[in-house]
Amino acid sequence: MDIHAKRQRRTDGPLNPDRRTLLKCSAWAGAGVIWALSGGIPRAFAMDEAGNVTDPKALASTFHFVQISDSHIGFNKEANPEPLKTLQVAIDKVIALPKRPSLILHTGDITHLSKPEEFDTAAQLLKGLPSTVHYVPGEHDTLDEGGGKLYLERYGKGTKGNGWYSFDDHGVHFIALVNVFNFQAGHEATLGADQLAWLADDLRAVTSSTPIVVFTHIPLWTIYQPWGWGTEDGDQAIAMLRKYGSVTVLNGHIHQVIQKVEGNITFHTARGTAYPQPAPGTAPAPGPMTVAADQLRNYLGITDVRATQGDHPLALIDSTLV
Amino acid sequence: MNTRLLAVIGLMLSMPTWAQEVKVDIKEFMFSPKDLNVAVGTKVTWVNDDQIPHTVSETHKAFRSGALDTNDSFSWVFNTPGEFEYFCVLHPQMIGKIVVQ
Repeated sequence: MDIHAKRQRRTDGPLNPDRRTLLKCSAWAGAGVIWALSGGIPRAFAMDEAGNVTDPKALASTFHFVQISDSHIGFNKEANPEPLKTLQVAIDKVIALPKRPSLILHTGDITHLSKPEEFDTAAQLLKGLPSTVHYVPGEHDTLDEGGGKLYLERYGKGTKGNGWYSFDDHGVHFIALVNVFNFQAGHEATLGADQLAWLADDLRAVTSSTPIVVFTHIPLWTIYQPWGWGTEDGDQAIAMLRKYGSVTVLNGHIHQVIQKVEGNITFHTARGTAYPQPAPGTAPAPGPMTVAADQLRNYLGITDVRATQGDHPLALIDSTLV
Repeated sequence: MNTRLLAVIGLMLSMPTWAQEVKVDIKEFMFSPKDLNVAVGTKVTWVNDDQIPHTVSETHKAFRSGALDTNDSFSWVFNTPGEFEYFCVLHPQMIGKIVVQ
């Protein structure tokens, strides 16, 4: 496999029976493949029938964190009339993890229409998570009259610009980027010059051996331009990250798992907890994909990320809500 | 059918839409019709048929709807001639144009 090629792999495709078989074998959340990064090269570790990873090195992690995404509280259409219920299932999965995550990332679209009561309901539920949650907004969180004011009042304290920030945890440098403001007709999402300047400044103090996790709502790289699944100036941010030994870019927005590796940078999108969307270009439009009710939880999920200090590989484990 | 009637029908087809109220559907992440010619004074109403919210936002902010959920609508009366390009701020690949004559 040429890992430097700019190819994308959809890893949750319903048409891939091998993976489906594999999903059935996993343990705590009904699904999962482990991607352990070693020197920038991802390796998939199979799980045995008990759901344990066959190579224990993949799980020898000193800390781990969880990514949840796209809760869309307030959505009530056919594709999932009860996103509150599926968010609760996701939260229960996190609570049930054998080891409490050090932190949790929510990669946006907390609400569907940015209504105050949607933010309230979501916050009420997300309070049940066992660790501190770090947020970035999705475009659905900026639909209030103030154009994102409600989100920033609630989650923007201590952040810069429209809500970007960074922090360190267990030797990993986390960078929260925001790409859901100032959309221009016919263009993909943007980070903007101010945020890129801030990023360059923020990275100045970060050594190249520090593992970096970047999280933002819309994919930082272009997954599918006709649907606007990309960030126009994302390549400028990516260019700043190339010299680092271990970079993991986590996104939401597209409600499905897609992964790409370029050099030392792993790009990964997470499933949402509300409803699935079609694979790029497989439908006339990227709207909610309605699947049989008893299949829905196969398409929703969370991502667990494990890090080992020292030789710093990050392992990404996607799991569905089944 | 006499020639005069044919001429009138032909003229009507070639002219901009004369109706004072015109509807634009928002369906499958597209404005339909995408381009529309209307006469001055026409009220255009956009209706969202998708399961996902959209907006109708003029590029230079001449008009701007809030988020339109399923079946929500937004109307604007075009009282001045000109070209008005608009898009959905949630899905900027969705673009449309109203030409007012």
